[in-house]
Amino acid sequence: MLIPSITTLAALIKIGLLVGGLMTAAAYFVLLERWIAAWVQDRRGPNRVGIPLTNIRLFGLGQPFADGLKIILKEDFTPRHVDRVLYTAAPLLILAASLAIFAAIPFGSVLPPLGIPGLPDPISLLVAPSLDVGVLWVFALSSIAVYGVLLGGWASNNKYGFLGGLRSSAQLVAYEIPLGLGLLGVVLSSGSLKLDVIIHAQATTGIWNVVAQPLGFLVFVIASFAEAARLPFDLPEAEQELVGGYHTEYSGIRLLLFLVAEFLHMITASFLIVILFFGGWHLWGVTGAGSEITWIGAIVRFGIFSLKVFSVIVFFMLVRWSWPRFRFDQLMNLAWKVMLPLGLANLVVIATIEEFRPQLTGSLGEPFVSLVTLGAPWATFFLCWITAGLLSSSKPDNRPILTAGPLDIEQELVRGRR
Amino acid sequence: MKPTDPHVTWIDDKPLGLMEKLYLPLFMQGLSTTARHMISPKVTVHFPEERPTVGNPLIYRGVHRLNRDDDGRVKCVACFLCATACPAHCIDIVAAESPWSDREKYPESFSIDELRCIFCGMCEEACPVDAIELTSLLDLTGKSREEMIFDKEKLLSVYDMTKDSEPMKSASLGGTL
Repeated sequence: MLIPSITTLAALIKIGLLVGGLMTAAAYFVLLERWIAAWVQDRRGPNRVGIPLTNIRLFGLGQPFADGLKIILKEDFTPRHVDRVLYTAAPLLILAASLAIFAAIPFGSVLPPLGIPGLPDPISLLVAPSLDVGVLWVFALSSIAVYGVLLGGWASNNKYGFLGGLRSSAQLVAYEIPLGLGLLGVVLSSGSLKLDVIIHAQATTGIWNVVAQPLGFLVFVIASFAEAARLPFDLPEAEQELVGGYHTEYSGIRLLLFLVAEFLHMITASFLIVILFFGGWHLWGVTGAGSEITWIGAIVRFGIFSLKVFSVIVFFMLVRWSWPRFRFDQLMNLAWKVMLPLGLANLVVIATIEEFRPQLTGSLGEPFVSLVTLGAPWATFFLCWITAGLLSSSKPDNRPILTAGPLDIEQELVRGRR
Repeated sequence: MKPTDPHVTWIDDKPLGLMEKLYLPLFMQGLSTTARHMISPKVTVHFPEERPTVGNPLIYRGVHRLNRDDDGRVKCVACFLCATACPAHCIDIVAAESPWSDREKYPESFSIDELRCIFCGMCEEACPVDAIELTSLLDLTGKSREEMIFDKEKLLSVYDMTKDSEPMKSASLGGTL
């Protein structure tokens, strides 16, 4: 019989905690999403379901169980016209990919030494601590998650599903580039692809990347909204246009897998935003920056990290009710004509700073160097932002002029008169 | 009318200003509106425990009632005006000779199919003696279709139930009797 080593065992425990925590979190974030939707619309939201068979309501905290039970017990119907293999594989693929992403994402700092023989101390709160390509792993798997969406849309053999899949593929391909550019600046300045090292670099200097690279932050946040397919970029599943997008033909537990994966994407994006730009578990004067910590310190760091992620998720949900959905050509314009140049500008400035930082520190003083390294990105931020604003059209109606068909010619004539 | 018609006047929107072009200030404005609504007082109520407030019960169009006169008799004179006015054809009246000397007819049976009714209030407007009125009762439920056909007794009992909270409209709204 195969006896797992102590390190494997530790990894399995971490995986169990992470998957259990993430699934519960996804269920409760659905409840939070419904609450916020209700509060924003001056309603009260789901507040009835508490402990079954009693009158105890607990503000509706039992709702996720009711929702989950309902959708699991529903008929898992497979239409006759689908491609069965791909139809079954798509939700599994998307959920597996979005869970596997978390192998490289730290969910806290480190634990204090436990003194278990055979286990290297301190234990890092990360499933795969020795994975040197953490960021690449995250990006590779989030690209694989796109396959789930595409396969789901294609295998459904349904025009709405297909349109959702097409939109999704174009959108994700377009926004992965600004996402990568925003990320590259962070990787350049911290000099590592490991996410825990990136947090540590911000904790050591005490300057979060949101301050050091504002433009990169802006580009990354907007691109991660698009990657998570959240409003205002939720075109792949725009229910008013496409019924349900790529999961139109799904029902029961397989639909649940899609929906959970979608929430996991949002949680992943929030984790990445916090890790890359808001210093992970670091908070000035509270957590310290070293790797020798007590149990209280470890818990405080975990709490601060969770709180930051939670705030970013609440921001995601508030934005959903603040902004209308983009049209597809507007989406593409934003990606290729605005986000890509802004990301490149950020990357150039950060690369230049990092290249000349040693010479600057040698020739000038330390205070002057920090002035330059913080001033230049902010100057670029405002310059690029105002340039992008001034270059955009002043016409509120930016619909593309159509050129084919008798009715469209009429429209064009009208537009010519205007 | 075709879009190329010379009589069509095309109105252009205002061109975007600097703040609108810069995008983020207006985004923050929208976000603050959303955040303000999140903490503002709610407009919905916990329904079965809390009752929604009806603005003016006298003009609310809820469940019907058949009014009684001072002697406790049904006011209806079986003139069929309400049944004629009803666009949903939900009122069914069987008229008979009145046992009283002050009127010729009275309804032997009077039933309203509340499931068919569209609560337009035309019966109330048509009635020459202000016998049929709409109350402010808004939660109308039942377990069968038969239960939802309100007969004369039930409509009179709705009057008995609501006469204290909602006086007959004839006096307050300038009625005929």
